[in-house]
Parts: sequence; C-alpha cells; structure tokens
Amino acid sequence: MKIEIKNISKKFNDTHAVKNLSFAIEENKTLGLLGPNGCGKTTSIGMFLGLIKPTSGSIEIDGIDINHADRTEILSCMNFASPYVELPKKLTVKQNLEIYGRLYGVKKLQDRIDEIANDLDLNLFIDKKNGELSSGQRNRVSLAKSLINKPKILFLDEPTASLDPDIGDFVRNYLDYYKKNNEITILLASHNMNEVERLCDKIIMMKSGEIVDQGTCEELINKHGRKNLEETFLKIVRENNK
Amino acid sequence: MNWNKIFGLSLRHIYLIKGSFPRILDLIYWPSIQIFLWGFISKFFTLNSTYYNDTVGIILTAAILYDFLFRSSISYNMMFLEEIWSRNFTNLFIAPIKLKEIICALTLTAIIRTLIGMVPAVLIAIPLFGVSIFKLGIPLLLLLISLYIFGVTLGLLVTSGLIRFGPSFENIAWASLFFLAPLGCIYYPIEILPQWLQMIAKFLPLVHIFEEMRNILINNLINYNQLFIAFFISFAYFIAGIIVFYLSYFGARVRGTLINMGE
Repeated sequence: MKIEIKNISKKFNDTHAVKNLSFAIEENKTLGLLGPNGCGKTTSIGMFLGLIKPTSGSIEIDGIDINHADRTEILSCMNFASPYVELPKKLTVKQNLEIYGRLYGVKKLQDRIDEIANDLDLNLFIDKKNGELSSGQRNRVSLAKSLINKPKILFLDEPTASLDPDIGDFVRNYLDYYKKNNEITILLASHNMNEVERLCDKIIMMKSGEIVDQGTCEELINKHGRKNLEETFLKIVRENNK
Repeated sequence: MNWNKIFGLSLRHIYLIKGSFPRILDLIYWPSIQIFLWGFISKFFTLNSTYYNDTVGIILTAAILYDFLFRSSISYNMMFLEEIWSRNFTNLFIAPIKLKEIICALTLTAIIRTLIGMVPAVLIAIPLFGVSIFKLGIPLLLLLISLYIFGVTLGLLVTSGLIRFGPSFENIAWASLFFLAPLGCIYYPIEILPQWLQMIAKFLPLVHIFEEMRNILINNLINYNQLFIAFFISFAYFIAGIIVFYLSYFGARVRGTLINMGE
C-alpha cells in the first residue's frame, strides 16, 4: 500500500508541532523518519495512525484520505509498535496475542499465534505474564502484536530503543527478513542510524516540525560529504541549529 | 457491531480477573464490608427507633442497591483505567474497533465484575440479617437495570473526562458517585431535602429508584409508573453519556491526548 502525506500540519494552541509535511512512501518500501527529540516524529506518527487529527492537510493510503474513510477498515491493515506503548502486564504473552488477534479479526488465530511465536522465538515464555519479561522479550512480544494481522502498513517508533546489541540485532534481522518475504510498507522512526541505514529505502530528516532534508541514505551522505549517516544526521541537525 | 471484537475486548478483562485471586478478593471484599457495616447500623436503629417497622430490611436493601450502582460505575471506570495504567491505551485506540464496540464491551464486562462483588454480599445478608433483596420480587430486576444503566452512564462520563483531561481526571472517577449520593435519597425519603433540592433530585433516576424500593417494602405496593420513570431517566442519561464520550474522543484527537496516555 502506498502512503501519501500531503501538507499536513498540526498546531497545539500556539505551538506548531508539525509544519507542512509532505512525502510519499511507495508500496513495499521502508521510510526512515529521523530527527532530534521533540522534532514532531511522534505527533506525525499519531496523525498517520488516526490518533491525532491534523490541523490541515491529508493522509492518503492508496489514494483514500484516512480522515474521510472507514476508520476500522483502514486500521485493520495497519499496525504499530513502540517500546513506549506496552501490552497489559498482567496477561500472558499468549493471552495478549489472542486478544489483539481478535481485535484485528485475524482468521485461524491459533495458527497465526504459533507462526509468529516461532518466528520471534516467543515459545519459551509464551505462557508468562508480560510484566515478568525482560525488556528484550517484551519488545519482541510488542513486535509480534504489531505483526499479528500481517499488516500492509507498519509504523515502528524506535523499535530497538533500550535493547542490548544482541536483541537489537535480532529484531533488525527479523524486520529485514519479514519485509523481504511480505508485502509491507514501513515507516520507521529511530535514533539508531545503523538500523536506518540497514532497513530504510529512503530517509526523511525532520527538525522543529519540518522536513529539512530527504533522500536515500547514500544520497544524503554524499550530499553532505560525510562518512556515514550518523555524521550526516549530526551535520544536518547542527547546521540548522546555527 | 463485530461481536468477535467485543468478545476480544471483554476477554482482556476476564483474563485479568481470572488470573488474579487478590483481584477477585478485592471485588468481593468491599461490598461484603458494606453489608456488615450497614447491617449492624440498621440493626441498632431497629432496636432504638420506630420510624420503620423493618429498618434493617429497608436500609440494608438500600445499601445493597446503592452498592450495585457504585460497583457497576467503578467497574466501568476501572476497566478503562486499567488500559491507561498498563500503557495499553494507544494499542487499543489504533486497533480496528469502533467506539460503540468499546462502549458495548465495557458495558457488558462491567456486569461480570459487579456481580462477582455483589452476589456474595447479597447472599451474606440473608442468613446474617434476615434480609433478602429478592423480597422486592419482579420489580427488583427493573430497579437493577435502571441502576446499572445509570452506573454505566456515570462510568461513561468519567471515562470521557479521562480521554479529555488525561489520567489526572482519575480522582474524579472515585468521587463521582459520592457527589450524587446525597441527592439520590438512598437512605431517606425525598421530603428530607429542602424544596429546591427536591426539584433537582427528581431529575436523577436514583430518587425514583429508592423511593420505589421503599414503597414496595413498606406499603407492599408496586408503582410501575415510578419504575418506568426511573428507567426512562437512566436511559436518557445513558444516551447523553454516549454523546459526551464521542465528543470527548473527537476532542482528544484534536488535542492529541490519545497518544502516549499513561501513568
């Protein structure tokens, strides 16, 4: 599915959180959303998910404006994962996946739970309560929830934040594997430059609610004459600060 | 309405209750304590007052019915607060569920939580104080339905506040019923209130519910008109509650309070 963001802005009282954001994510491509804290990434994702109403502009999925379409129909082919949004801690991993599977109307739910549990290595702790898991395990459960409905569009907000390098690498490997084997359009907000370099087809750099630069990873690095994406990111952010 | 999704939402709370014995104990504990407390207070009044022939029966029945209202409202609020406390709120609101399905699931599940607490309390009152709310007969069902609808309405209004103002509105969730209790004429007839407050109180279903309860227990008469008025007022408030909930949701989308709502 193709996502087209057309001139969206969001104003909270006098604060302009997002200003005239326009970009497109082609079908089955991954877009990285980069920017310093408070640059408007979370507000933007909130608008893409339909949780925040844009002050102006439109968000179109396969040409349909999500603010004028059937909300449940659009949401049933999307999903979202973030370490800042958790699943109920008192329920087991299996119960959480069962509940979200039902909410997303997943057919042959038990088979899907088995499949995703195998893929993400959840079987050892599938009957444990979510609150009893380590942050790495919880993160994988959150990712499993976000893929339970085999979404066509996936929003990921810092999916590997606070994970040790081993688990972080596991998650990145899995995402890489998943997008190669499924039809999925991904928007990835991250502060991990290696992750963005590895997974994203295109990158958008945001600052103070605006897009300050965009292109493929290589294009951005070459354009700014830096060795890697991290240095490029620092240059863009600091340049704009001046 | 998709009943599979409604069941999925309800299942989240059923699993929560089923998985925790202290949680079940907590649900049973407070209504039972209420019964003990009001049972002994009313027993004391029976021995020292001639106002009612059956003080224990009337006061304890009122206490049970009021607690039913209280529990149904709190159950509704608690289930919503659970989503905020567990930081699951965003996951819930980005799932493909309609607002009416959320309302329906919370309304249906709240009755389970309410009954877990109330059934033991109702049964305790029979051998301990010789009081059975079943003496009210068929009208009991109508009274409970009106109380439940009104309890859920209060729950809806509080959850609307939570959506609109965030978790800071939580304290109102606990205080909401105590605010209405004095006007509800639960333990005393409406004539006790000053004239101007009586006018206001009549717009609440509680006055009609508890007046009718006393009418049945004292006069052995059933005024179906009063029962209908109670139901009608409760239902009108329920519709208003749903409208407020929708308005709060759409307002929250504009204000951006739905994202990252948590403790």
